Amino acid sequence: MKPFAYERPVDVSSAVTTVAGRPEASFLAGGTNLVDLMKMEVLTPELLVDVRHLVSRRIETLTGGGLRIGAGVSNNELAADRRIRRRYPVLSQALLAGASYQLRNLATVGGNFLQRTRCPYFRDVTMPCNKREPGTGCAARDGHQRDLAVLGASDSCVATHPSDMAVAMAALDAVVHTVGPSGERSIQVNELYRSPADGPERDTVLERGELITAVELPASPVAATSRYRKVRDRASYAFALVSVAAALEVRDGSVTEVRLALGGVAHKPWRAATAERALLGRPATEANFRAAAEAELAAAQALAGNAFKVPLARNTIVSMLRTLTEEA
Amino acid sequence: MTSVNETNEPSRRAVLKAGVGGLGAAMLPSMAEPAHAAGPATAPSAVGGGAAGGIGAALKRVEGPLKVRGAATYAFEWPVENPAYLYPLLSTIASGRITAVDAGDALAEPGVIGVLTHMNAPRLAWAEEPEVAVLQSDKVAYHGQIVGAVIADSIETARYAAGLVKLEYATEPVDVDLRADRDDLRKPEHAQGFGQLPGDLMNGSPADTTVGDFAAGMASAVHRVDATYTTPVQHHNPMEPHAAVATWTDDEITLYCGSQGVSTPQELLTRAFGLQPGRLRLISPYVGGAFGSKDFSALWGTVALMGAQLVPGRPVKLAFTRQQMFTLVGHRPASIQRVQLGADAAGKLVAISHDAVQETAKAKQYAEQTVQASRSMYAAPGRRTSTRIALLDVPVPTIMRGPGEATGMFALEPAMDELAVKLGMDPIELRLRNEPETHPETGQPFSSRHLAKCFEEGARRFGWKHRDKKPRARRKDGWLIGTGVAAATYPSPRLPGSTASARLDKNGRYTVRIAAADIGTGTWTTLAQIAAEALGVPLDRVTLQIGDSAYPRASSGGFSSGMNSWGTTIYAAARALHTALDENGGSVPPEGLQVTVGMPDDPKLKQYEFGSYGAQFAEVRVHEDTGEVRVPRLLGVFDVGRVINPVTARSQLLGGMTWGLSMTLHEETAIDHRYGNFVNNDLGGYHFAANADVGSIEVHMLGERDSHINPMGSKGAGEIGIIGTAAAIANAAYDATGIRVRDLPLTLDKLLR
Repeated sequence: MKPFAYERPVDVSSAVTTVAGRPEASFLAGGTNLVDLMKMEVLTPELLVDVRHLVSRRIETLTGGGLRIGAGVSNNELAADRRIRRRYPVLSQALLAGASYQLRNLATVGGNFLQRTRCPYFRDVTMPCNKREPGTGCAARDGHQRDLAVLGASDSCVATHPSDMAVAMAALDAVVHTVGPSGERSIQVNELYRSPADGPERDTVLERGELITAVELPASPVAATSRYRKVRDRASYAFALVSVAAALEVRDGSVTEVRLALGGVAHKPWRAATAERALLGRPATEANFRAAAEAELAAAQALAGNAFKVPLARNTIVSMLRTLTEEA
Repeated sequence: MTSVNETNEPSRRAVLKAGVGGLGAAMLPSMAEPAHAAGPATAPSAVGGGAAGGIGAALKRVEGPLKVRGAATYAFEWPVENPAYLYPLLSTIASGRITAVDAGDALAEPGVIGVLTHMNAPRLAWAEEPEVAVLQSDKVAYHGQIVGAVIADSIETARYAAGLVKLEYATEPVDVDLRADRDDLRKPEHAQGFGQLPGDLMNGSPADTTVGDFAAGMASAVHRVDATYTTPVQHHNPMEPHAAVATWTDDEITLYCGSQGVSTPQELLTRAFGLQPGRLRLISPYVGGAFGSKDFSALWGTVALMGAQLVPGRPVKLAFTRQQMFTLVGHRPASIQRVQLGADAAGKLVAISHDAVQETAKAKQYAEQTVQASRSMYAAPGRRTSTRIALLDVPVPTIMRGPGEATGMFALEPAMDELAVKLGMDPIELRLRNEPETHPETGQPFSSRHLAKCFEEGARRFGWKHRDKKPRARRKDGWLIGTGVAAATYPSPRLPGSTASARLDKNGRYTVRIAAADIGTGTWTTLAQIAAEALGVPLDRVTLQIGDSAYPRASSGGFSSGMNSWGTTIYAAARALHTALDENGGSVPPEGLQVTVGMPDDPKLKQYEFGSYGAQFAEVRVHEDTGEVRVPRLLGVFDVGRVINPVTARSQLLGGMTWGLSMTLHEETAIDHRYGNFVNNDLGGYHFAANADVGSIEVHMLGERDSHINPMGSKGAGEIGIIGTAAAIANAAYDATGIRVRDLPLTLDKLLR
């Protein structure tokens, strides 16, 4: 770990100003990912600007039925919140499927969106990696491929996004609120992440110094029966090979509303819009579930070592939709 | 008969003081040697309780309270004054030479004391052993080799400055590709005892064997199996990292160093540094897991001593990081194994062959006895085994829990299951039909072999007779359910080279010293129980002292040899002490009585085959949609001879089975064939079983005494728990799904449809 300075500003605006003006500065919240990467010198900020005390740690009910979650809420607090468990169970399940109890106590909602990839070549400073060191190439594509992306990847980067929470947020149409050098703005979670086609070193559309302050969950009746299914290489404490966040409403045997997002398969939480379109208005049958999953995965570009993710994602989607139909 | 002057006793020693009286008193840290102890109270106290506490007593670990309280001193924790810290720098190429070193920036960093590289490191007096000879040349033999070290005032400074040392390399092509069709495979030689002895394989057995006519047997067979199984590189990952604290003074050189034995590394390092015998003292009372990775190699000791030499009188502390442990302390070598079985119509084997190809390092021919179990497990007139190794640009592999059989039985036992399917025969019945009366290769009798009873007892407890006859027949809630079984065996060797002293003081207390090690297995407790039994006195009159090279030399703990080797030696010392007492007319002189005795020769060792046995049962669930594998139930019945301590023995077997589950479902170190590095080199990437993966595990021991093996009647219990687990689970997964997975680990992609 390289030596660094630490600041604890008194308000959000001075935190934003400090980080915006210093290319080698970084926000620090829970630190569960950042500090690890600093130990390995994958990230080497010269200044850490602590924001944990500056962002809200409350979950507020909004008029209209939505929830506003402060960016400083811990993963465990969010997972345990009664409103989340009743109205957005997919989110609680996704959070509890991630990390360990101890890590979830430290990790924040804001930081969770910004986790860096677990691609082993990104995490090894001796290896080429366009995401860590632009222009050096991608060592992963022809290397150990088990955890790599099958959707939306590019020649320059095939890394996956590790967050479970963000997959649920994507399915729930969550909106991220930020404060940046040019003021406040709101960003759909599904618009937060950049394509890895160019500049894979930048994971998100956030500007330098732009801080996530809250996340808003819109009211959603269908979310009350939502579910998260994480498939991984062991029963707990592993990142997803494939995960599915879903909610489904079936009336008179036909799909009237559906939310579907995938984790473990792309550089971002992958909202399965193609599959959703294929399902909506059609009979809730196993054959249609499978056809919808296959339509979503038609664009998949698999490598030898991660090709299994395509049938795995298909089966997990079908399995999930079947379960939701049976429960409905 | 020698008297001992207490003031000459080694300081900072770890002692086991028995008999503080009762369980309550045993919790108190009252037993340290206050006059000498530089560290915290670090000596475990025996559970007295007034019971005899000999062999068979179900005692909890005597050092348990110390460990729970954090008071048991592990290597890195020894309190020393003003230590310096050493952080190793690892190679980023797998093959080549270092052409330039620039340590300028590192040396300029405040707090940095020195930078060691091959340019300035002390020349070792003996550098032929690649696992000891660190920084002796510019040659890089594998990715992640130690190519330098920074010594600094703080651990953070040392680590940061290590990143400032600039190395340039001339790289050579990387070859880490294990394939059975390589044309440069070779027959191993001189791999016995980590290459110190002439036998072909690690355990001294020949690489290849042939008995009868395998080809003729196979030709005559009615049912045949010919299948290839593979196992990946696996890593030990003990909880305690490999750590050392070294202090180099003009008189004594002290090395606190977690180790599976103190004598062997003390001798290796004494030789490497060209020291006077006895000048180096190695102390290791507690070890936070080792599993083979802290046995032979004393690489971390070498580096710590080099650092200590640089700052005479100042202690130097070193602990490898988790990532560094992936290349510096050995691994289980990957294997490709072909098994051929031929049976007659009745299921009697007529031919067995087992051909293993394993990887090893170019630097050293480590070769384990992967095919060993196939030589002894089943009767068949025509049989052959072979072992070949590929020399690659990889770190030197080493022994790892159940070395040889753990991987070998993943080939033989699934093949037996495949044969049972072909025969339409119950897999237990097939095994019972092929029980040999004597060792199938040597013809020697088994000292004891209760495999059939293990199966019988296991089948009864598991409810085996209710099993469905055909695969993919049971499902519940989207999960396919299956059951499987496999046999287990592991030799019970007695390693040479142990000596023990036994002493009787005027006050009636006994002290037994032997430089044995407790690697978390319960040796502090079980050796004391053996000593009490051998001396014929209650446990609370015996003080055991282990884990210090100042004590009489002992073999290392490995290959399930500890109790057999050390216990036998202690028995001999006890007998000699009794003789000395008789010769003294039954009275103890004021200075006490003491004897020091080496492990006796035993002609029986050449007359019998010694080994432990077991039957492993598994229930497996495989998710129909995702291929996820769960193991809700494991059950093992083991023949480990007379049980010294049912609590610690059960713990060994339970741990072995848990690891067997982990090895089956999860464990694989991926290697990048372009760079030669281990890719998933941390505990996020190297998966082993989490609590949620482990269901019910039942452990049963037959407890039948072996009347030939040693005075205790005990056989090895350290390795046998992991043997056969992978086969039982894979066989159960076949029963659940109808899919035969022959390549470990049993990950979901291999069962996905």
